[in-house]
Amino acid sequence: MSLYLKLKKDKPAMLGIVIIIFFASIAVFAPYIAPHDPLELNLEERLLSPSVDHPMGTDNLGRDVLSRVLYGTRVSLSMSAAVVTIIMVLGITIGTVAGYFGGVVDDVTMRVVDVLLAFPSIILALVIAGLLGPSLTNVMIALGAIWWVGYSRIVRGSVLSIKEKEFVEAARAMGCSDTYIIRRHILPNVLSPVIVLATLDMGHIILSIAALSFLGLGAQPPIPEWGAMLNEGKPFMESASHLMIFPGLMIMITVLAFNFIGDGLRDALDPRMQEMLIK
Amino acid sequence: MTLLSIENLNAHFHTEDGAVRAVNGIDLNIEEGEKLGLIGETGCGKTVLGLAILRLLSENTKIEGKILYKGKNLLTMSDNEIRKIRGKEIAMIFQNPLSSMNPVLTVGTQVAEPVELHQHLKKQDAMRRVIEMLKSVKIPLPQERVKEYPHEFSGGMRQRAMIAMGLICMPSLIIADEPTTGLDVTIQAQIVELMKEVLRDSGTSMLLITHDLAVASELCDNIAVMYPGEIVEYGSVRDLFKDPKHPYTRGFLNSLPSKGFKPITGTSPSLINLPKGCKFHPRCSLATDKCKIKRPELIKVGKKHYVRCFLYD
Repeated sequence: MSLYLKLKKDKPAMLGIVIIIFFASIAVFAPYIAPHDPLELNLEERLLSPSVDHPMGTDNLGRDVLSRVLYGTRVSLSMSAAVVTIIMVLGITIGTVAGYFGGVVDDVTMRVVDVLLAFPSIILALVIAGLLGPSLTNVMIALGAIWWVGYSRIVRGSVLSIKEKEFVEAARAMGCSDTYIIRRHILPNVLSPVIVLATLDMGHIILSIAALSFLGLGAQPPIPEWGAMLNEGKPFMESASHLMIFPGLMIMITVLAFNFIGDGLRDALDPRMQEMLIK
Repeated sequence: MTLLSIENLNAHFHTEDGAVRAVNGIDLNIEEGEKLGLIGETGCGKTVLGLAILRLLSENTKIEGKILYKGKNLLTMSDNEIRKIRGKEIAMIFQNPLSSMNPVLTVGTQVAEPVELHQHLKKQDAMRRVIEMLKSVKIPLPQERVKEYPHEFSGGMRQRAMIAMGLICMPSLIIADEPTTGLDVTIQAQIVELMKEVLRDSGTSMLLITHDLAVASELCDNIAVMYPGEIVEYGSVRDLFKDPKHPYTRGFLNSLPSKGFKPITGTSPSLINLPKGCKFHPRCSLATDKCKIKRPELIKVGKKHYVRCFLYD
């Protein structure tokens, strides 16, 4: 049974996929969909409640919230995809090298990982982003720099168990080099848990980017980013709550969608769950 | 002509409990086209010997002696040189055909690996070769089955695929480590029949590592009996079965179901703490005081029949 067929039976996962595809197309076509320019100020129409002309109201500078939310999809999705890519590349490379070659390389990298895991990650990200100065790129670097550790741990663990498997020895007996064995025999076997983890983490990463932006370290005004919008709306929470509700809802829906997909992928890739599905 | 000659080979591992002396002073020759059986009970170092030939032992193993393949010493070769020998000149067939195949790659891709590595064939050419090879090991519908994954193969079919993978580069020597263990008896017979046929057709030499005397007697010309780390008897299949000399070989033959199922008393010694003198003396009913002190040498008792026992001194 193919992965797609298994996922198709999983209703929440399908819903998640539909939502993410929908949001991704919003991100791509934002300039054509958005009713207004997200950066256009209109001080005469400040803090308006949702209406036909401004379905999500306007903010304290009279910018259309709907347009800003739509453009915000671009920032959130592309940023979190970039961060996940950085994390996966770093985590898989370091974890594989540590697990496969062992010895001193393994000891050194795993002690670094231990140290990084001992800190609460968001605080570490705050420090790095603070040192580098507030900008979206720096938030990306900061999150990448702290998040790879968990991945390298998981990858190292699977590599350690897979490299002892007989098929790896058989490959060596066949004359394969170390790089060939890693590429052809080890990586395909460690990839599926990492992909599940990455999908589940997409939600966390979107939240972290939003959190760092909310704290003023990420997206700088006037860039429309959901976390930054929450921050800008905070002073008007009581009089114009729509400023916080809509970006907040978008964050929630996106995170939820990624978690649904992650759960679905985990079940679909888990051989024990397959048997249960067949029964 | 001698294809592979092992001279005074020692392989020791260091563990926390002491040195594990898995192979102690082994001399063996394999001629071109010869099928040699290496027989012994579990834990006597026969697999270590097989792995030592291809230098597949872990790096903390201390290996001494010489392994000459076509006159070149495998033990002193560079990593690049030995990699060109592995799979191309000397191939290995492993015991468990399920765990010896990568579960995420199709059988076709895996059987094609040696030709892609060593003969640099293009994908389609390699696949054509694979299908030919699978046909010769009698896998039905090979063009369909190359696209399947190892778990879709039955145990016997998987072992056939492993044999195909071993032979696909036309190696001069095959090291088969318990190729029939773990298969049921009818399938075992089929695999033995198949190996006999493909080895005869290709003229490949073989080192068969097994504890199954019946399989060894079917497939081999000569047999070496191993008892913790050394060879205690060597001879042709006929000599060994008709006229076993070493008390251990006799005991081994008597423990066969067809010969009355009589086990050898005692257990084989630990490789860390080997007995002095003849390694078999604690279990031997014919042991004398001399056996407890001195290690016997291999003694010639017939044309190409050698035994390591003082009884024939």
